[in-house]
Amino acid sequence: MEMTTPGIAPQGAASHTEPAPHTESPHTEPPHTELSGAEITVRCLQEEGVPFVFGYPGGAILPIYDEMFKQDKVKHVLVRHEQAAVHGAEGYARVTGKVGVVMVTSGPGLTNAVTGIATAYMDSIPQVIISGQVPTHAIGQDAFQEVDTVGVTRPCVKHNFLVKDVRELAMTIKKAFYIAATGRPGPVLVDIPKDVQLSRTTFHYPASMSLRSYNPVVKGHAGQIKKAIQLLLQAKRPMFYTGGGVVLADASKELVELVRALGYPCTNTLMGLGAYPASDRQFVGMLGMHGTYEANMAMQHCDVLLAVGARFDDRVIGNPRHFDQEQRQIIHVDIDPSSISKRVKVDVPIVGDVREVLQEMIRHLGTLKERPDAAALKQWWAQIDQWKQRDCLRYDRGASIIKPQFVVEKLYEVTRGELILTSDVGQHQMWAAQFYKFEKPRRWLNSGGLGTMGVGLPYAIGAKLAMPEAQVACITGEASIQMNIQELSTAKQYRLPIKIVNLNNRYMGMVRQWQEFFHGNRYSESYMDALPDFVKLAESYGHVGMRIEKPADVEPALREAFERTNDLVFLDFITDQTENVFPMVPGGKGLSEMILV
Amino acid sequence: MRHIISLLLENEAGALSRVSGLFSARGYNIESLTVAPTEDPTLSRMTIVTSGSDDVIEQITKQLNKLVDVVKVVDLSDGEHIEREMMLVKVRAAGKDREEMKRMTEIFRGRVIDVTDKSYTIELTGTGTKLDAFLNAIERGAILETVRTGASGIGRGDRVLKI
Ligand SMILES: Cc1ncc(C[n+]2csc(CCOP(=O)(O)OP(=O)(O)O)c2C)c(N)n1
Repeated sequence: MEMTTPGIAPQGAASHTEPAPHTESPHTEPPHTELSGAEITVRCLQEEGVPFVFGYPGGAILPIYDEMFKQDKVKHVLVRHEQAAVHGAEGYARVTGKVGVVMVTSGPGLTNAVTGIATAYMDSIPQVIISGQVPTHAIGQDAFQEVDTVGVTRPCVKHNFLVKDVRELAMTIKKAFYIAATGRPGPVLVDIPKDVQLSRTTFHYPASMSLRSYNPVVKGHAGQIKKAIQLLLQAKRPMFYTGGGVVLADASKELVELVRALGYPCTNTLMGLGAYPASDRQFVGMLGMHGTYEANMAMQHCDVLLAVGARFDDRVIGNPRHFDQEQRQIIHVDIDPSSISKRVKVDVPIVGDVREVLQEMIRHLGTLKERPDAAALKQWWAQIDQWKQRDCLRYDRGASIIKPQFVVEKLYEVTRGELILTSDVGQHQMWAAQFYKFEKPRRWLNSGGLGTMGVGLPYAIGAKLAMPEAQVACITGEASIQMNIQELSTAKQYRLPIKIVNLNNRYMGMVRQWQEFFHGNRYSESYMDALPDFVKLAESYGHVGMRIEKPADVEPALREAFERTNDLVFLDFITDQTENVFPMVPGGKGLSEMILV
Repeated sequence: MRHIISLLLENEAGALSRVSGLFSARGYNIESLTVAPTEDPTLSRMTIVTSGSDDVIEQITKQLNKLVDVVKVVDLSDGEHIEREMMLVKVRAAGKDREEMKRMTEIFRGRVIDVTDKSYTIELTGTGTKLDAFLNAIERGAILETVRTGASGIGRGDRVLKI
């Protein structure tokens, strides 16, 4: 079969049925032309300019698949498990900022997708999920492959719809895209019964829309912004703490400008990495459970804290009561009012789009003559530099077995920090966050909120499809990778030359670490027995596999892998089984109560 | 503290379960919840009686506002407001108790809305405390069945909740 776009096989023969016409006025059909619900669905996706849909067919969504077959504007990416469809769409959305689209059938198709949907929800990833449903007359009859989709997904979507009338279909899909992409983004599901897919009506796709019940605040309150700048200028020990919201709002440029203008230290959360360049002197590293000593200490001891697009969650500040013990003024900028004063009481709340607010802050700062207290700042930086001396990320560089941190450092060197790097969940994720220095946003893809093992490979698939020119790698563990290993087949079908960096310690390493620290070395069910031969496994899927066992082979192997520009290479690094992630703030402890190497 | 929260929400299938699901998912209390369409059939009006610390109530109103179907939220307890609940009580009313039951109903400004030779069904409206007081005032053993609507609330004076 001929390839059209790199890595994407054409969907059937686009010619044997009239492809959806795209005329001067794409929004209306000639009067009286009635389309089926299935055609309307696909037309809506075309109108939204959706390049890829990640999905898996089944009975209740076949009419829509039939319409997908008849066109080639919207490409379908066939995954091997619906969970991976959702993660694939997330990967696409995380690197592009655009809405990712998923298509699944009713019942098991949908329930398989739920883990992905919850993952997207926790990380505020814009997404539209189209699910097939049993015909309306069968709903509630315990029909074959019937599940209460709207009920099952309600707690883990931003919003969802069951479309009972084909005349409401186009409007509903429009709403779904609008809700998914605006305000605090998130997944929105549209459940379409099979009879609605088959009923006909005229098609009209609204150009824009508004909802009386949904009006996210965009502009920050001017008075609050002034107050915030005042506080920041008076600070003796200021600190910037920024999260995934800065990435989602594409506000990295503004953040850098403000941080540089003030000369203050900046830390990023796991989800916020890349929003501030990691190599910059004012960057103190990631904070939180596995954050750097200096970031956590500065966070704990600052007197004015500017939190931007972050939510003070348990993995970031640990015990909120311990955090409250230190006196500090907190300014919190977020698009979601419910994120403010949820776990930590805030002094200056600013609700608004993070980018707009930062722009306003920069503008306002520019109008003032006041500057930060240079003497106090000098002292504060001296303190931070002293904390840095603790060298909290040190590890044994001369070890004779491969240290996982060493692999990440080499990966950074070999790729000159330019990767789009996806990760699974566990120790490898933390080492990647600590040792791969992200200079730009949207290059670090991981499941921070839900912590879903198995996201890494499908994220890489979504990212590579979205950015065929970029180098995409997935850092993973031998446990996580097996959660969606079947996607090696998807990567083959769409010719996606991803590099998989497997830090194989034969353990669910993060679980083993907790068992070592908190459960008396009782390694209950965390040993990964009966592992496959990953080299042969990769080969059987038609990829290249490499096994690396000596530190000296790490760099050459990485170089070779990245030189193989057309191959998916599975690098199986046999690493130290006993290595732990440091620093660590144990659950329930305070930020400054770290376990250190 | 006890709060009475009023909301206007889209009169859509599932809107109620979004609200009740929010309360159970986040562990908020619901003392009572009432809902019915308004004069504008596209909107429903809901009254929720809940309790919690100031922080919790702040989160509740924020989380409710975040629901896409919710158009407006006010915490009526922030200002002067009126609260009413309706109760239907079926009581044993035979022999000499019959007169006494009728008298109590009148004192509480209730109405007898159904009668058999052994029972009355009484309709009573008022604040929750008044309804409780009535139940305490009549003889416990006479109560056969009660059903209460939960509180509905509205702001006093010119304050209106409208879109
Ligand atoms: C779906 C899912 N199940 C269970 C967990 C709990 N969990 C967190 S880390 C981890 C171990 C991961 O092991 P591996 O992928 O080998 O990575 P390592 O920690 O060894 O680097 C487990 C089981 C999870 N995060 N996600």
